[in-house]
Amino acid sequence: MRDFLEQQWWLVVIVLGSLAPLAAQFVSRGFLPTLRTLDRRWIFLLMFWAVLVPIYFVGVTGRTFPEIPGALAKATFNEIEKLHAGDPVLIAFDYDPSSEGELSPMATAFVKQCAEKKLKMYFMALWPVGSQLADATIDDVLKSDFPNLVYGQDYVNLGYKSGNEGVIKVIVTNLRELYTTDSRGTPLQDIPMMHGIQNIQQMKLVIDISAGYPGIKEWVQYAVTPFPETIHLVGGSTGVQAPQLYPYVPRQLPGLLGAIKGAAEYEKLVIDKYGGPHPNPKYLDGLRRMGPQLVAHLLIIFLIVMANILYFADKRRESRS
Amino acid sequence: MKRETMIWAAIMLLGAGTLIWRAAFTTNGMGREYVRAVPVGNGQWNRYDPATYDDYIRSESANPNQREYLLSIPRTICLWIAAFFTIAIFSFLYRDNPIYKIVEAIYVGLSAGYWMVIAFWDVLIPNLLGKVWPTMIQKWAMPGLSGPDAKRDFWYLIPLVLGIMLLWRMAPRGDWIARWPLAFIIGTTAGLQLVAYLHGDFLEQIRSSILPLVVNNLGAFDFWASVENLIVVVGVLSCLTYFFFSFEHTGFVGKTANVGIWFLMITFGASFGYTVMGRIALLAIRIEFLLDDWLWLIDPLHRHTR
Amino acid sequence: MKRTIPLLITALGGFVLIASYFIPPAQSWGENVSIWFDILSSIAFVLGGANLLMSHLKSISDRKSGWGYSAVVLVSFLGTLFIGLGKIGVHPSPQFPNMAWTGYYREMGSGFWFIYQYGYTPLTATLFAMLAFYIASAAFRAFRAKNVEAALLLGTAFIVLLGRTFAGVALTSWIDPSKWSGFKYFTGLKIENLTVLIMSVFNTAGNRAIMIGIALGIVAASLKVLIGADRSYLGKD
Repeated sequence: MRDFLEQQWWLVVIVLGSLAPLAAQFVSRGFLPTLRTLDRRWIFLLMFWAVLVPIYFVGVTGRTFPEIPGALAKATFNEIEKLHAGDPVLIAFDYDPSSEGELSPMATAFVKQCAEKKLKMYFMALWPVGSQLADATIDDVLKSDFPNLVYGQDYVNLGYKSGNEGVIKVIVTNLRELYTTDSRGTPLQDIPMMHGIQNIQQMKLVIDISAGYPGIKEWVQYAVTPFPETIHLVGGSTGVQAPQLYPYVPRQLPGLLGAIKGAAEYEKLVIDKYGGPHPNPKYLDGLRRMGPQLVAHLLIIFLIVMANILYFADKRRESRS
Repeated sequence: MKRETMIWAAIMLLGAGTLIWRAAFTTNGMGREYVRAVPVGNGQWNRYDPATYDDYIRSESANPNQREYLLSIPRTICLWIAAFFTIAIFSFLYRDNPIYKIVEAIYVGLSAGYWMVIAFWDVLIPNLLGKVWPTMIQKWAMPGLSGPDAKRDFWYLIPLVLGIMLLWRMAPRGDWIARWPLAFIIGTTAGLQLVAYLHGDFLEQIRSSILPLVVNNLGAFDFWASVENLIVVVGVLSCLTYFFFSFEHTGFVGKTANVGIWFLMITFGASFGYTVMGRIALLAIRIEFLLDDWLWLIDPLHRHTR
Repeated sequence: MKRTIPLLITALGGFVLIASYFIPPAQSWGENVSIWFDILSSIAFVLGGANLLMSHLKSISDRKSGWGYSAVVLVSFLGTLFIGLGKIGVHPSPQFPNMAWTGYYREMGSGFWFIYQYGYTPLTATLFAMLAFYIASAAFRAFRAKNVEAALLLGTAFIVLLGRTFAGVALTSWIDPSKWSGFKYFTGLKIENLTVLIMSVFNTAGNRAIMIGIALGIVAASLKVLIGADRSYLGKD
């Protein structure tokens, strides 16, 4: 840390310099009066530095915090781990760039584990941009690190279809009525790995990466619940949605990755098993982003504590007067 | 000139100067995208895959006349545009300004157009027009269409007609015509959700709440698992009691409802914690873009440094 | 006619789907209705785009305040449509090199790909990234421990915020049975374990009750729509 501060002195100067006017206000006007009239832009600036400085620190030093995978991350990992080579899995990309920060690390790790297990991967999307994100993950993981995998034989991107839960309702019994081609327009009958696939009940596992509606909840309601014997689901979701999905665990949803923490825990499991001694940094995005999480969380706690100090001080002042 | 304007002008000048210095006068520079030309279609055209700065330098060192690894001018310019968009939106945090408004307007138009294009090529062409006029679509955009998928299916005239009726909503008169497809959408949604919510969120959740209050683990009484199950059951029942507004919340019902409120407060506190976590990750990826992709100040993926 | 037929369509569409759930031979009707629903959903995107076009054209023609921004919206909307629908920069499929329209509209390097990579992604992601700032500001302005319930909410939030990062692990790392065997009865008080307890027990209970309540509400609302008791979606005559 000391070396970092010495080498990156310019960053220290910029951060402290930008906060100097705020410090001057605290000194000149007093602690509580400044807090009472604190311009919210100072809070924005504090949050900006709370995220930027750790990202820069992690980027320069390469150091990340240790992660101990929790029970849900292990359950998700094990659901995929118990599959066998050649088993078909459906991977649904139900998010867009607005949630990429939390969900892309999960998506990358899911595809990595499925590729290492030599599973047959069927990509699809319920969000319009999901298919494009699937293409990006395919480029980033499969084409880059698994060049022996062949499109159409080992993986296929079926693309996006509109209709939200209406799509799930159709594909659980008749996938080919809705999907006549893959995302590039190639007829399904020309894709070897689509031969014999009539619906998603033939998938050994459904993996959903979900940012909201439609997402894991709809997959549980329209796929898992009507067909509990044949459709098994694990998923990764954003922090906003994750607490609302806990009631489905474990009966309807055996594995759930919640927010970037879930992504980091799952990444740890995947790279420990498949990453080798020097894992590729692209599989460590979640672990890297835990640095700014820690500092920003401490900032939020600090702000809430300050706000409550102000509240109780004002309350005491009012009761005295 | 106002003091605030002077300070911002100074910051802008300093920032611009730093960017010019960093882009033009440092060893690695910043804000460039490199590509690798891959011949496609029997060499008729090239696909340009992303490449690293290191790939480019290695290639240039081996053969200065090589044309495989290139600096991509269009992608570099667009990268700077993307960085400008990011900073323009962040500028709203200081104050609403015309640059933010312009970028916001670009976003509104772009996202509406983007979703329309996706709906057209991914759904309307293969699933509607490809079913109603398969021969025309086969000749124009989907020559691979064959077999049962290339047969005309007259049932798809129904969604075609309903779709045209839906667009009638924009007409100055006769907008009642759009009620038919709207009614279809509403009815279908209601039908889908009624069973799904009843089965998945009502019956299954009640089933999941019926937990053993005495848990035996490998033949021995598991105290903590039993306590956890008891808390879940008490929690669900007390929260449901709170939601039951047909009875006055007094006496035993009132006390139970109060316990329910405590459970709900813990639930909301947990949701807040997770929401904070979610939001910060979104900010983190944008700052990573600025520091990594644009400014080349960090390089966790080893794309810019040699 | 203007209201009766839509009500019948609503009821028919909904009850066919419900019937297909319970009567397996009717499953194909349910699939067909769902597919038509999916197609109409994509036509709704077209409707949304057309609505945007009309409202901003009106704003420009009426010279409303800020009409310049409406012009920017239209330029970006029509430009995206032109590039995307026209497959600008898209090469034909290698299997059909003589058919210009057979290429993949999102091919890397195409105009539409550029719009996604350098327009849609940074704009969408940054707009949502702003929420991090607003949540910090809201935390300072709104979260006051005014009563027991609010204190419970804040306390839980603190535990979860700490427990989901290394800060929580570090704070209670001293509760280590290897340092003192008595600690084995207190490992549940480690913040990361408390977080798991909160999420898997208390949060599950609360959200389960909310889920049950919402399910009943959705069922009631859906039934009202299907039997025609709720006609608000038809608008006024």
